[in-house]
Amino acid sequence: MFAFTEDEIVRYSRHILLPEVGGVGQQKLKEARVLIVGAGGLGSPAAFYLAAAGIGTIGIVDDDVVDLSNLQRQILHRTQDVGTPKVESARRALEDLNPGVKVVPYRFRLDAGNVMDLIREYDVIVDGVDNFATRYLLNDACVMAGKPLVDAGILRWDGLVMTIRPGEGPCYRCVFPEPPPPGAIPSCQEAGIIGAIAGIMGTIQALETVKLILGVGETLTGRLLVVDALEGRFRQVTARRDPGCPVCGENPTITQLVEYDLACDIRGNGAGDRTAAAGGAAN
Amino acid sequence: MAHDVPIDRELDLKGEVCPYTFVKSKLVLETMKPGEVLRVIVDHEPATGNVPRSMESEGHRVLSVGPAGERTWEIIVRKKE
Ligand SMILES: [Zn+2]
Repeated sequence: MFAFTEDEIVRYSRHILLPEVGGVGQQKLKEARVLIVGAGGLGSPAAFYLAAAGIGTIGIVDDDVVDLSNLQRQILHRTQDVGTPKVESARRALEDLNPGVKVVPYRFRLDAGNVMDLIREYDVIVDGVDNFATRYLLNDACVMAGKPLVDAGILRWDGLVMTIRPGEGPCYRCVFPEPPPPGAIPSCQEAGIIGAIAGIMGTIQALETVKLILGVGETLTGRLLVVDALEGRFRQVTARRDPGCPVCGENPTITQLVEYDLACDIRGNGAGDRTAAAGGAAN
Repeated sequence: MAHDVPIDRELDLKGEVCPYTFVKSKLVLETMKPGEVLRVIVDHEPATGNVPRSMESEGHRVLSVGPAGERTWEIIVRKKE
């Protein structure tokens, strides 16, 4: 028998009704552990929908504090949260939405020294980072640890999302082998970003995560979904695993985690608007 | 009524309304073995139409729907194989 309370049955009834979820699927969501890296533009909607969906444990990594300029798109945070750590603001928002979810805040920056220990404890990793250094670090670490990674990047009116399932499809480096040189991609501050594109892409990341946990449907593995919000177009680009990939290929040349020094030279007043674009990667 | 069928599980849903009549039936069906028979009692009349329809759309076989007392009804369903 399922151990759902009456409140849980009501809260998740619209999930349980779905043939692809049911009580069995809802139980999987309850037992799942998801790590969201970045409590910004992408992490906000992803975290909200995953908390609402009843993911049992949500870890959130972010070393930043809420800045007024974040609120145009980072919907976890409120005006009164300006100046408070994003992980704390996120925890408050998610626990208010669903007290049944355990939120674990990690107020630090991911680096080569801490990433492996952290992702080991989670089932699915959601990439909502705002810089290439962390994006490549996370890709390499997830490939090495065999953890599914739902990656997205946003800039201006554009977004890109793909789900990396190590061994079953291409990783980020199969598609983009090396980060662009510093300065080649404008930062969010320079280029700007429309708030709702973060909502679309982060919400797709939440969907991908739920499908991975339930084991239903088809994930965006080997397919990049590219969104041009200004023109109102969704395109799909097929991507293949590269046997020569430096990290997931047949003879990987990257066997130790590497940290790129790609921090943007223009930094906002303590805000997280660092470099961006994954083919567009802001936050 | 198909009462010659042995009943494996009983579920009293008196006081429940849609969609919880089906949600709770489904939660029990998921824990039963294929081919087992569930008898559901409801006192919310629309459930006598909604619940069997939802059960059938998920592949279960509704054996009968009928009165089971004053303003109560029973739905007998066999879990899909
Ligand atoms: Zn690769």
